[in-house]
Amino acid sequence: MKKSKYVFYVLLVPVLLWLITLIVLPHIELFLSSFRFETDEGEKIISLANYMAFFSDEIYWRTFLNTAVYSISITFLAFLVTFPVAFYISKVVAKKYSSFLTLLLLIPIWIGELVTIYGWMILLGDNGVINNFLISIGLIDTPIEMLYTDFSMTIGLLYMSMLFMIVPIVSTLESLDDSLIEAASDLGASKWTIFTKIIIPHSMPGITSGGIIVFMLVIGDYVAPNLLGGKSSLWFTEQIYNKFLATFNWNEGAAFGFLLLILSSAIIWLALRASGQKLERVGS
Amino acid sequence: MIRSLPNSPIYKYTFRLYIALFYIFLVMPLVVISVLAFNDSNFIALPWEGFSLDWFFADTDDRLGLFADEDLLLSIWTSIETAFVVAFMSSIVGTIAALLFEEEKFRFKGLLYFLALSPLVIPGVILGISILISSTTAGTFLDNKLGIDLEWLAPGFWLVVIGQFSFCSTYVMLLVGARLKKFDRTLEEAALSLRATRLEAIRLVTIPFLKPAIISAFVVAFLISFSNFNTTIFLVGSDPTLPIDLYSRIKFSSTPVLNAVSFMIVLFISLIAVINIVMSRKK
Repeated sequence: MKKSKYVFYVLLVPVLLWLITLIVLPHIELFLSSFRFETDEGEKIISLANYMAFFSDEIYWRTFLNTAVYSISITFLAFLVTFPVAFYISKVVAKKYSSFLTLLLLIPIWIGELVTIYGWMILLGDNGVINNFLISIGLIDTPIEMLYTDFSMTIGLLYMSMLFMIVPIVSTLESLDDSLIEAASDLGASKWTIFTKIIIPHSMPGITSGGIIVFMLVIGDYVAPNLLGGKSSLWFTEQIYNKFLATFNWNEGAAFGFLLLILSSAIIWLALRASGQKLERVGS
Repeated sequence: MIRSLPNSPIYKYTFRLYIALFYIFLVMPLVVISVLAFNDSNFIALPWEGFSLDWFFADTDDRLGLFADEDLLLSIWTSIETAFVVAFMSSIVGTIAALLFEEEKFRFKGLLYFLALSPLVIPGVILGISILISSTTAGTFLDNKLGIDLEWLAPGFWLVVIGQFSFCSTYVMLLVGARLKKFDRTLEEAALSLRATRLEAIRLVTIPFLKPAIISAFVVAFLISFSNFNTTIFLVGSDPTLPIDLYSRIKFSSTPVLNAVSFMIVLFISLIAVINIVMSRKK
């Protein structure tokens, strides 16, 4: 096909503008400002002081590690909770119901995190629905403390992220030919063998993309840790928010943000390497 | 194990029970909010004090319902305006990007595509702070060196739009790109051999084919923008969007009017879902 050059530029220029002004330059500026530092005398210098602040204060790097470990654990938890559901939707339930069940999964995503997290606050509070229910059936006498703990934070993070795991897994499972499973079953393979030798390997691309999205959402989340977490459940994003919106130390905040970016990119890169996948697949 | 294979009853019913529990877990917060929006009480949670529409319509000293709360209505309106502009802009640029990456070959295409996908793996917080820092730097530079004061570089409506646009375009690009992969190139070639210019071929043949995908991408971008918190919080000025307003109310002054707003959102989204079902039935 003959292609005129000027159409190419008509397409290229807006995309370049978008990516350079809104993605590349802002991240370069984030990187640069993480080295800017204002001394007590008001002198502006280039230094590593912002990063030193991170490493010298235990609370910062502990929160950082805590957030990383927690985010990885929640990603695995999301996989365990949602895989049976994805399998049910794509392979077990009658076909006419599967699109309805999938649509039901999308509703909480579109409603948005703030509303659903608020719903969990009402459910889990001392005066909340679950405690009231448990008291009224006589199982407990005094409310169980659930809100503002690691438990409620985990529920919130799981709830807001897990649905992003199901959708990619469903689409890879749908491409798995049923006759492979039938053949294995006819040849006497146990359910466990079929599961580990056929189903899991086949859905690996979906699990990886889902896992990456879940991990990214959890590690970058603020609302669930902030509204549902307790005094001890610190999340690294909260430190960044404080630097920007409470203490107005933007340069230190930039350093913290850059560290979070490095952390999440490194873990995502490792996940892609380990599963032999490309970032392009995550998008599809 | 699957539809075509026999299963033991225990396996079948445990599986069904698990799925039922999962869906209960999923809808529980939404049901609870919706029911308590009609509670005749001044507290967001239980006990149930009877049915009331106060939190929608009341305008008294101790109860300000949704439709009487001007601040809340204003933030809803701000969110609608923002989401509309963001969806509009990102539908255009996202579609252009899909056309560029699907139809053109050029140097550094791989690198550029990687950049276009990167918002998928950059946490929203980071996008927010980097755009805040760089727009402030640019604003100060223009003001000091050239004496130009650009209002839209300071936190406010346009900065929120810019921030949300930066990642919504990626989602549009992916949705439109997926449909473009199914496009029969010979149609465009036919148009070209009939002496249409390339731009005419795109406008008259390709875009009409992409129209359904562009419309659904517009809706998706609208909804993403409408519920965004992580990026918006850094870029917002004196007029908060709805999620920002909800957050500060939950944090500092929660009344059941929050349940009423949440109920309206649940209702609105469910309505879109129902329309979606009806539309796909028709096909």
